[in-house]
Amino acid sequence: MHLSADGSLGVSALAQTPLHTLHRALGARFTPFAGYDMPLQYADGLKAEHLWTRARAGLFDVSHMGQLRVSGAAPHGALEAALPLDFDGWPAGQQRYSLLLNDAGGIEDDLMVTRLEGEVAIVVNAACRDKDYAQLRARCAGLAFEWRDAALLALQGPEAERVLAGLAPAAGELKFMQAAWMPVAGERCLVTRSGYTGEDGYEISVPASAAEKLARALLDDAAVKPVGLAARDTLRLEAGLHLYGQDMDAETSVCTAGLGWAIARARRAGGAKEGGFPGAQTTLRELREGTRRRLAGLVGIEPVPVRQGAAIVDTEGVERGTVTSGTVSPSLGKPVMLAQLDTTLAADAPLFAVVRGKRHAVARAALPFVPKRYKR
Amino acid sequence: MDIPQNLKYTASHEWIAGAPDGTLTIGITAVATDQLGELVYVELPEVGKQLAAGEACAVVESTKAASDVYAPVAGEVVEVNSALGEQPGTVNEGPYDKGWLFRLKPAEAGAADRLLDANAYRASAGV
Repeated sequence: MHLSADGSLGVSALAQTPLHTLHRALGARFTPFAGYDMPLQYADGLKAEHLWTRARAGLFDVSHMGQLRVSGAAPHGALEAALPLDFDGWPAGQQRYSLLLNDAGGIEDDLMVTRLEGEVAIVVNAACRDKDYAQLRARCAGLAFEWRDAALLALQGPEAERVLAGLAPAAGELKFMQAAWMPVAGERCLVTRSGYTGEDGYEISVPASAAEKLARALLDDAAVKPVGLAARDTLRLEAGLHLYGQDMDAETSVCTAGLGWAIARARRAGGAKEGGFPGAQTTLRELREGTRRRLAGLVGIEPVPVRQGAAIVDTEGVERGTVTSGTVSPSLGKPVMLAQLDTTLAADAPLFAVVRGKRHAVARAALPFVPKRYKR
Repeated sequence: MDIPQNLKYTASHEWIAGAPDGTLTIGITAVATDQLGELVYVELPEVGKQLAAGEACAVVESTKAASDVYAPVAGEVVEVNSALGEQPGTVNEGPYDKGWLFRLKPAEAGAADRLLDANAYRASAGV
């Protein structure tokens, strides 16, 4: 078989996060990801790290993601010209999920937007940093955008609250998708109660110079283990959460990706601030009329893993969809997948995934595959 | 890393054991299982199938990825480890014994002699 070499040529050209030395000390196996040399897994491996996060608490380095600080006069109105959000009635300290769209209605990136006192914080995907920055600046000429020199740690799992509240009692007061500045282990951090695993937990933006100290303080708790990108991917897929570049991209519309809920009510047809964001025409039409295909969950009836790119066919062998993400769920022990499926399909239509030329039965499944456990 | 001295190897991480009757047992090495992580699915060739040397003939899948396994020499598949269908993780637990994949009757006696020995495989795999 062909094995991808780790730690081979080209690594020196990759960027490193402020936690790179710690990852090495913890025995990480690295992989290039969006220009960064990132921990794929540690000694315990994907499955153990995944299950540990569901049972206890996993610590993830997500510092490769871009952290934008947005400031300027009246930033909210200007941002509404770039994003399908509604800042009216949005309190400081509240985080929302949003989409950066192109004029054709395709998804350029998905992002987390947090309204804070006097500024807005946006977290973007690592691979989209440069284009997001250019697009946001172009659409919001009056605003200042700067990258925060900070690491981003995610602490996820049922014991995350106990662990972080031990270092920062105010973290226990936050509810899902709330944010606050607070000292954590003596360092001023922006803490949001969010993440991308389906578990309760936090993302902690910590100054780069203090990141390793904070990570070590969190790892001192016996409930916390480091978790790599491989398990982050299986955790997010079990939670039915989309991965940019797989489940959506610049060619995928909001409704095809099943993300219509991310368009603020006020920005939809008949809303107080209808349209007025990039791609609004396509998006509002699709919200009204529907789309040819839409993202849905599938589970395998047979044990064969179904991966990104596999065709989904009906009993006649006619292609009715494409798998955008697929794995074998470590929690459920069976194949799970996100697929763009024809919206004309009956809910109980028999479907098959084509793997290496053979058909394998799959069944529609409600998302998430594994229940979310957010603290609302 | 466990690389038994008595086996033959390919640079693509298959091991080959010869039996007195001339058949060859084929599996994947500990280097491969370490890289792949826990296997969740194994697809084996059909008994009776004629394989060319280097032909992709089996698939081992971990949560992360699917990888082809190649026939180290030409021959006919005479037996497969069907227990792996229910228990693919057996390959991780014992890659050189219970985790064997399939047995070949080689088209040419002695073809396996030209494969890598343990030391050459170690050098090839960098372990």
